[in-house]
Amino acid sequence: MRLNINGKAHEVAVEAGVDLLSVLRDYLDLTGSKYGCGEGSCGACTVHIDGKPVRSCVIPAASVTRKSITTIEGLEVNGSLHTVQQAFLKADPFQCSYCASGMIMSAAALLKTNPSPSEEEIITAMNGNICRCGTYPNIIKAIQLASANK
Amino acid sequence: MEPLEEKQEPNLLIDRRKFFKLLGGGLAVAFVLEDIFALAGESVTPTSALPANQVGAWIHISEDGTISVFTGKVEVGQNIRTSLSQLVAEELHVPLDSIKMIMGDTDLVPYDAGTFGSRSTPQMGTQLRKAAATARQALLDMAAKNWKTDSKTLKTEAGFISDSNGKKISFGQLTQGQQIILPIADQVSLSSSKDWKIAGKTIPKVNGRSFITGSHKYVSDMKLPEMLHGKILRAPSYEAKLVDVDLAAAKAMAGVIVVQEGDFVGVAASTVHLAEKALQSIKAKWEESEQPSRSEIFDYLVKNARNGKKEANADIVQSMASAELKHSAKYNIDYIAHVPLEPRAGLAQWTDGKLTVWTGTQRPFGVKQDLVNALNLPPDKVRVIMPDTGSGYGGKHSAEAALEAARLAKAAKKPVKVVWTRKEEFTWAYFRPAGVIEVNAGFKKDGSINAWKFDNYNSGNAGINTQYRIANQQNSYIPSKTPLKQGSYRGLASTANVFARESHIADMARMVDIDQLEFRLKNTDNDRLKAVLTAAAKSFNWSSKPPAGRGYGIACGFEKGGYVATCAEVEVLANKSVKIIRLTEAFECGAIVNPHHLENQILGGIVQGLGGALFEAIDFEKGKILNPSLSAYRVPRFKDMPKIEMVMLNRTDLPSAGAGEAPIVGVAPAIRNAILDATGTGLTVLPLLPTGKLA
Ligand code: FES
Ligand code: FES
Repeated sequence: MRLNINGKAHEVAVEAGVDLLSVLRDYLDLTGSKYGCGEGSCGACTVHIDGKPVRSCVIPAASVTRKSITTIEGLEVNGSLHTVQQAFLKADPFQCSYCASGMIMSAAALLKTNPSPSEEEIITAMNGNICRCGTYPNIIKAIQLASANK
Repeated sequence: MEPLEEKQEPNLLIDRRKFFKLLGGGLAVAFVLEDIFALAGESVTPTSALPANQVGAWIHISEDGTISVFTGKVEVGQNIRTSLSQLVAEELHVPLDSIKMIMGDTDLVPYDAGTFGSRSTPQMGTQLRKAAATARQALLDMAAKNWKTDSKTLKTEAGFISDSNGKKISFGQLTQGQQIILPIADQVSLSSSKDWKIAGKTIPKVNGRSFITGSHKYVSDMKLPEMLHGKILRAPSYEAKLVDVDLAAAKAMAGVIVVQEGDFVGVAASTVHLAEKALQSIKAKWEESEQPSRSEIFDYLVKNARNGKKEANADIVQSMASAELKHSAKYNIDYIAHVPLEPRAGLAQWTDGKLTVWTGTQRPFGVKQDLVNALNLPPDKVRVIMPDTGSGYGGKHSAEAALEAARLAKAAKKPVKVVWTRKEEFTWAYFRPAGVIEVNAGFKKDGSINAWKFDNYNSGNAGINTQYRIANQQNSYIPSKTPLKQGSYRGLASTANVFARESHIADMARMVDIDQLEFRLKNTDNDRLKAVLTAAAKSFNWSSKPPAGRGYGIACGFEKGGYVATCAEVEVLANKSVKIIRLTEAFECGAIVNPHHLENQILGGIVQGLGGALFEAIDFEKGKILNPSLSAYRVPRFKDMPKIEMVMLNRTDLPSAGAGEAPIVGVAPAIRNAILDATGTGLTVLPLLPTGKLA
């Protein structure tokens, strides 16, 4: 099947039913998107499909062949970090950072539709993303910084 | 499994030839036993054990000025890659970015027991500071000799040595063409934390960019040429024995490797999907055995106590009998899971009989030893490498995924990666022990405590001793038989012990109508504890009156050189649901190395503490875990966050201690005591509110 990822077309031979996250990680070596639960409960695998945040572990790769897929690897443009990445680099919110890609993808999607979210709106939009290291308050601050820097 | 104790590895090898071959010439400072310098010859191999009060660490200054720091400590999110770099840069007077940290690679770094117990900062930090200070002094002496002057007239700055006339030479130039190994000078003088310029400051993660771009390779992300993916056949319940297995279908599948060694059955294939298909084709018959369920666990732990409960000694019996007031309670604590967001992973490769395993573990040398034992290999044939890992919280001490990958890779003759699913992580890792804690106290109407008997079944010893002034006390840990695999956790058993003790203390304060804070201050002589209690209370505005329907609670504890006090405000709604409004935590662990990263660790402890306090519990029945997923086992999320305030006390006059453990312990009892304040109900179970409501 043919997948359009980060602006590039990829031809992959994949059995039917394989989820998008596995295709990204195991077939294309795009390992920035993480596995945390495989059931849509943690957000570690979040990517953008046509600009919307989606849990890549629960959607079959075959269902998105005609869509535009963006992963954390595609957020940088010409070597310069996305504003959300810049803000997260500066705010340094994480501990182990395993949740980082999913948090940044979810935050970037939020700020695209709502450039100045309230704290409530951030919490609602981000509630599906788990940070087991518990850095939530820092992540909120990083998102606020990104929003202010827009 | 008992919380893990440090074991001493017999050999600490420093092979001088290998060392410099790897790193090029320059100056190295290492902890080595002194007599090795008396030995002639090329290869220096001290074979005696590292003294118990020492930790291994090497620093190498290369000719191009790169400072390589070798430590067996590992990065699991506590940001020690950054904080240890800061300490070395500070002592050595070099820029932070000239430092390269080589961590947790058993072929390159000196032996280390592991990254747990909040010991990285106090022990490794101090050792590295000494090594760096030794190196700096040696460089000064070298320059002084070259320039025929007194080293006291020279100064070091940003990787250069200069004299008062502006003559300058870089550290690298100075060591050019040499191969010097120096022992760490134990008596070397260290910088005072009051004067710190790099250490003690908020500096972002040194490798932060790799994480926010997704380019950092966790073990689960790694890939080697020809690598296969492994899957393991799991038993349907704990202790089940494999009776019969039919591997024919799996073996017939093209490109699938099948391995059976006793009860271990695994497959490897070029894709995870194919490996899963092969696994599903295996027909296995298991013999299951009788296993207890969660509904009976607390009785079970008491019934199966290994040595039985210790009777109260005569002093306790007597002081209890004469006490004006008594309070007895039993606290039940559920098993909980660490749930590191990155499940266990191991990638194994065999080259010419030597096994290399990349795995996320807090004990690279422990895992190496486990592999040596399990596979019957000489120690020099096993190398364990630990890239920065998706957290541990005390939950990644064991070697399972590493060993599984090693077995499969051996049979496949190709590298094999095994990444556990979330369900496997929930089922086959280990848990924070469940426990039953019985507390009996005798005290006076004025609030002074005469007698205290504290019996902990199964959950462990850590934090069992009280910080209170009690004339007669007896604290015992009574090991029991655990149906679930249990092990180390953030703060070990102190989450349970501090919960029981601080709950009990709050009840006692209430019985004599003394304020919870005042009762604690009155009963302790420990100034550091008093300082955190007072600081937390002040910032929380403890003396204010809670609004209607709300309550305040406080709790305190100490663990691994860290002192903590936590205040909580809760609101109990008409439908009995409880909302945590805010938490204030004061923490002190000596001199602060990196304020932002310390705050992060305190925050991490608080948030993890919230989960264990409110709703986390492993549910199990007849040897099966009933909630092995993130949709069934609830962990704290954004919406669960109360307002969190942290107060850090910086004691620059005290050595820095770690912060991985103490911050978690006060959360559950503070919340429990706030519910007591609001409702008069003193809960005696952890988690407190599995349904979010009071019964
Ligand atoms: S891995 Fe996809 S949501 Fe958890
Ligand atoms: S920083 Fe470790 S899971 Fe978020």
